[in-house]
Amino acid sequence: MSSASNRLVIIRHAPFSSNALREGLDVALVAAAFGEAVSLLFLGQGVLALMKEQGVGAPGQKATLPTIDMLAMYDIDQLLVPQQALETLNVNVEQLVDGVTVIADHTLPELISRHSHVLNF
Amino acid sequence: MDYGLLVMGAPYTSAAPHSALRFANTLISKGHRLTGVFFYQDGVHNASLLMTPPQDELNLRDAWIALHQEHGVALDVCIAAALRRGLMSEAEAKRHGQAHFNVAEPFELTGLGQLLTLQQRCDRLVTFA
Repeated sequence: MSSASNRLVIIRHAPFSSNALREGLDVALVAAAFGEAVSLLFLGQGVLALMKEQGVGAPGQKATLPTIDMLAMYDIDQLLVPQQALETLNVNVEQLVDGVTVIADHTLPELISRHSHVLNF
Repeated sequence: MDYGLLVMGAPYTSAAPHSALRFANTLISKGHRLTGVFFYQDGVHNASLLMTPPQDELNLRDAWIALHQEHGVALDVCIAAALRRGLMSEAEAKRHGQAHFNVAEPFELTGLGQLLTLQQRCDRLVTFA
């Protein structure tokens, strides 16, 4: 697997509403484990995955926050959130986990085209 | 052009598998190549041997197998997503002490690395979710 490839994984699903978030994060972790440079972009409801004080979900539902906290160990330190997504959800960046980078919405097209591989969950 | 497909919708629940199949057949008919299909999330249900829709409905598993037989398209299924949802090959059923299995060739249970490889080998990876 080429280490030169840089991958953008886009997360659009909130925790607990489906398994989409967890299985999307799994792809990011596997790509990082294979030595790819991975960035995560959180859009829409996906931003809720970054909430610092999120609960553990219904009984028996696995929490998402430990996976988010684990990303840094896999050298995934680009956690990107567009400004507009925060405003739509009425969320402050202080309510999100550490290490989130807020980006201007008009930079999204350039961000996506800059990555050699993009996957959308 | 070389294409790969990522299918994440369940048959008879989501339109994603139908759309993916139509896209697959169309791109082949236009002279492009389809390298492989990767089934992830609820898309893993496309591989179920036990899928038995009414006779006047398309059997999606059979349609995928036809795609494989006629055009040599690889059909890869994420093993973690499959096991979680009760889909497994005979070997996996034995390993996990299950009495039955419901995934067989030409579907292959494989890891997520296969999805990353597919995307790197293709000019375009198109997601159906």
